[in-house]
Amino acid sequence: MNALPVLIVATPLAAALVPPLLALASVRAAKAWSLAAQALCLALSIAALRAVLAGGPLRHALGGWPAPWGIECVLDAFSAALAVLVAGLAVLTTVYAWDWEDRRGPVREGAFQSLFLLLLAGLLGMLAAGDLFNLYVFLEIASLSSYALVAAGPGREAPLAAFRYLILGGAGATFWVLGLGYLYALTGTLNMADLSSRWPAISASPAAAAGLGLMVAGLALKMPVFPLHGWQPGAYAASPPQLMPFIASAGSKVMAYAIFRLLAGTLGSEGQAGRVLEALAPVGLLSVAAGSMLALTQTDVRRMLAYSSVAQLGLLFVGFSLGGRWAVIGVFWHMLAHAVLKSCLFMAAGSVARRRGSCEIDDFAGLGRTAPLTAFCFASAGLALIGLPPAAGFFGKWYLLRGALDAGAWVSLSVVAASGLMTALYVFRLLERMYLAPPPESKRVEPMGPWGAAPMLALAVAAILLGVFNQPLIAAFIEPARLAATGGRG
Amino acid sequence: MSAFHYAACGALFLLGLHGLLFRPNLLRKLMALNVLQASVVLFYILLAAKRGASPPVLSGPGPVEAAAFINPLPHALMLTAIVVSAATTGVGLALLIRIHRLFGTLQEPEIREKTGLS
Repeated sequence: MNALPVLIVATPLAAALVPPLLALASVRAAKAWSLAAQALCLALSIAALRAVLAGGPLRHALGGWPAPWGIECVLDAFSAALAVLVAGLAVLTTVYAWDWEDRRGPVREGAFQSLFLLLLAGLLGMLAAGDLFNLYVFLEIASLSSYALVAAGPGREAPLAAFRYLILGGAGATFWVLGLGYLYALTGTLNMADLSSRWPAISASPAAAAGLGLMVAGLALKMPVFPLHGWQPGAYAASPPQLMPFIASAGSKVMAYAIFRLLAGTLGSEGQAGRVLEALAPVGLLSVAAGSMLALTQTDVRRMLAYSSVAQLGLLFVGFSLGGRWAVIGVFWHMLAHAVLKSCLFMAAGSVARRRGSCEIDDFAGLGRTAPLTAFCFASAGLALIGLPPAAGFFGKWYLLRGALDAGAWVSLSVVAASGLMTALYVFRLLERMYLAPPPESKRVEPMGPWGAAPMLALAVAAILLGVFNQPLIAAFIEPARLAATGGRG
Repeated sequence: MSAFHYAACGALFLLGLHGLLFRPNLLRKLMALNVLQASVVLFYILLAAKRGASPPVLSGPGPVEAAAFINPLPHALMLTAIVVSAATTGVGLALLIRIHRLFGTLQEPEIREKTGLS
């Protein structure tokens, strides 16, 4: 028994109690506390990942009650690697947000840090949950904190965007619980390992298909993919810009994790689980096409990036449903790459929003001259997102293509190949503004401090280095994660 | 339990879903979300319900007749779900107070007109 799976969740959860009090004395102290808690969380996640890679999954039965009667926290190579990614993005985002001042006072700033820690605790809890009901509880912890964080955004549309998010997000979570009720009625268990052994007996049942369909739809709404993305562009555009690098990149990966863990890991893609997995392909393909088209029509860059996420997350569904060795490697790589690239893009967009007060495409005009570092980071991450070799984004698509070729899935093959081209259309539109258009005359310019620049530059460099070192990284992390996620079956 | 009970539960679910998608008033949307969540709570309670059985409290030593007791687990799960539902409602109401202060109304079409938001 190892306490790490519990500790990575308990650390931010307990730390979240302190910032509101600390902020009354000093806002800096509250931020430092929050950053320290996240850094500890990252260190624990790295320790957990090392332990998992050396000696297999870590399990902790809470209160000494053995599973399946008790509640179990589990980390394996898949969830531990994602925990490192999520905690790392949280640390970078907090560093990025270090010198953003909330003009509404210290109470707000303290609450803000608390909510951010709760969001982190919720996402890590989803990764460490060993049973499907706890996954729901942590999903709601993460969701409730993100509703409040979106509502803390600077504009007057923020509460409305947060409310829409709450209504649809609440419905999504309810779908998950209802679907889980079907599975529980059929198997009498909620523990994933226990469910895995009981699944073959009922894997052909239509009720199981209905339950799984509801559960996956609920999480797909939270990711989100087309056509369940209604809440997302508004929420992304209204959120506090300094938090977007985390909100836009971490949550969706954890939701995708839960879908894949349930269908391919726990249920082994057998029977109805396999059929639900197959049904993800058309949703993913539609999401890639619609997300890219809608991204092209946006004038607000944050909305454009939001629709771009809808498209990129669609690729995850395509890979999940292909399922072969290379497709899963491609999907996992794409989760990593998209998290790194989207947070870098949102850091660059956030710094433009901070400089110019808005984030329209025209605000990017001449950025190559007025803010060369921001422009470089945006361009680097943008080109990587298109999938130009040797950047990170290329290899996800490359392995996905190889997976589609292995499976003989020609429609998926052509859509994955075309997705890079569609990404290029909306990225180049911005690159042209940044480097060829003259900078506008007016509007205040506030140079970005080292706190904002360092994490953004780190991610932009990572976007290229990850691609260059993709083979050792895949051998060290992605392949063990794949074996853990598919039970060695794929 | 009979099919009638499950059908009533399904009807509540659809009622809630319809309300949160199509009601123009934001407060009604929140109430519809509550109805949706309540229908799922009832669904779990139905799964555990059993006529003539009692809560699993042992009255003394001796062999335990499992069939005489109801399954307490769904009840425990739904206790958590109700807490989640209450928390969501609380956050939702706080947002609605803020929206009402900003726009003076909770009718979505009117707010859209005032803000130009789609």
